[in-house]
Amino acid sequence: MTENTLLSVEDITVDLPTPRGNLRAVDHVDLKIGAGRTLGVVGESGCGKTMLSRAILQLLPKKAKLSGRVMFDGKDLLQLSPEKLRKLRGRSLAVVFQDPMTSLNPVLTIGTQLIETLQEHLELDLATATRRSVELLAAVGIPAPEQRVMQYPHQLSGGMRQRVAIAIALSCEPKLLIADEPTTALDVTIQAQILDLLAREQRRRHMAMILITHDLGVVAGRADEVAVMYAGRVVERAPTPALFKKMRMPYTEALLAALPKIDAAPHTPLPAISGRPPDPTRPLKGCSFSPRCRYAAGRCHTEKPGLAEAESGEHVYACFHPIAAGAGARA
Amino acid sequence: MATLELSIDQDVVEASERRGRRLGLLFWIAISWVIFVFAVAIFADVLPLPSPTDMDMLEKRAPFSFVHWLGTDGLGRDELSRVIYGARISLVVGICAPIIGLTLGGALGMLAGYFRGRFESLVVGSMDVLLAFPPLILALAVTAYLGQSIPNLTFVLGLLSVPAFMRVARAATLTLARREFVIAAQALGATHARILLRELLPNVMLPLFAFFLLGVAVIIVVEGALSFLGLGVPPPISSWGSMIGEGRQSLEMAPRLAFIPAIAMFLTVLSFNLVGDTLRALTDPRQGAL
Repeated sequence: MTENTLLSVEDITVDLPTPRGNLRAVDHVDLKIGAGRTLGVVGESGCGKTMLSRAILQLLPKKAKLSGRVMFDGKDLLQLSPEKLRKLRGRSLAVVFQDPMTSLNPVLTIGTQLIETLQEHLELDLATATRRSVELLAAVGIPAPEQRVMQYPHQLSGGMRQRVAIAIALSCEPKLLIADEPTTALDVTIQAQILDLLAREQRRRHMAMILITHDLGVVAGRADEVAVMYAGRVVERAPTPALFKKMRMPYTEALLAALPKIDAAPHTPLPAISGRPPDPTRPLKGCSFSPRCRYAAGRCHTEKPGLAEAESGEHVYACFHPIAAGAGARA
Repeated sequence: MATLELSIDQDVVEASERRGRRLGLLFWIAISWVIFVFAVAIFADVLPLPSPTDMDMLEKRAPFSFVHWLGTDGLGRDELSRVIYGARISLVVGICAPIIGLTLGGALGMLAGYFRGRFESLVVGSMDVLLAFPPLILALAVTAYLGQSIPNLTFVLGLLSVPAFMRVARAATLTLARREFVIAAQALGATHARILLRELLPNVMLPLFAFFLLGVAVIIVVEGALSFLGLGVPPPISSWGSMIGEGRQSLEMAPRLAFIPAIAMFLTVLSFNLVGDTLRALTDPRQGAL
């Protein structure tokens, strides 16, 4: 990372006490993101992606224990007073959630929800805030925004609602946008539109974005850097081109192989990753991926691999038996 | 096959009919009755009615006539006028008491459901104590120490309705507070007060208001029961409950003296229940879908 770092997550660990014992949702994660850059966070359900984003926002469940450091724009978010933190959220840090059906308040018009956010943070008067809301709705591609501001969320389609959620998130010109699976609940045809919209607004506002997804295909063309998470840990992190050219971690390879390919013959079976992620309340002694890994041998089962550097310091992976350089092209 | 198709057709017709008049005829009759009772109670002073407290010992238990439309009671007072003035008491107590419950219980329930933790245990615990306390004993104690008056009666009934409203508000808040839009509001930097008042209150208000209407019906009955037992409004004033109580003494000679206020109460309570139920049914599925 040569450019100035906007957000750096240093050695973050999130523990959730559950009736079955301590659940380590995020396990010593380090991430960095520069201003205006996009970081893709990829991993399957339950690997800690959402908990990581909540940890950055300091919106973890009350019982959760968080350790480490989250530096945002030169400030340590963990040391910030609740009041300062609250002012930062929405103003500099914004989120788009997975399901636009539930992330908008069902009994308030979308105009009210936009206007109140604008008034809260930018201290605009009602007329200015209303005008800005209409502009924002137009910017996110909502037709007839003057009429839409008076409508309730249930009068809008899923894609429209996600556009509204994005408009609300963008309303105060945040420096960092966290998009937590923004397209998972949407139709495939809408997904590309929403991702393009996010990318366009990101360029226009020069804001950094963390794009959380379980789909490697989503981050492929859109992220500058990709972090692959498995069982709460970052298992491989690299600039996007390097990752797709020379992936080292068998899990990344398996994820990519599990993507359906448009040029494959019809009825080609998808190579799914067999087995399930380990129980997060019963951590394994060795590599978390070892029970499902086809390269696993020997010390994979007894020792946790640390993050090792590949060709450059920007590409790191946690594996004892990395895939040989060039092998990634096969997947 | 033919019968099968026929039944499907019928279903379709019924479904569209149901959509057509979703609120139903009964709802409108109930609303009309409630409005009628309100109007009569509000304009009682303007209506050409004989005084509800003027006694006429020569006309005791007079039957229906043009002078006394619903006859007179055991002390020769005009029955219609007493039912209408009684509606005032029943409605004032029946609405003010649930408002106390709605405000106190609603606020406590929302705070308990939103903040959880020790505060919630404290609120739920104290409400359980209040629920376990025999309501009649509480009403007796309050009227014995503070005197028999309409404000005291309203206060007691209001206090007794707090736990129920608290439970409705807390249950609604508990489920709503976990919805993503609350986290989204937090992520946008909303304060607790803003989340409670602007995000949660409009959502909690729907079930609370429907419950409020049912509460009105219950309180009218409870006020009637207390007045019947002589714990309600002080004697010269009439309320439906006290009228039923007085009518009991002449049940054999003139059963209508107990039945007329009873019918008025029955129709009003039924109407409030119908309106409340319809509104609840209207708000429930919308909450579930979103």
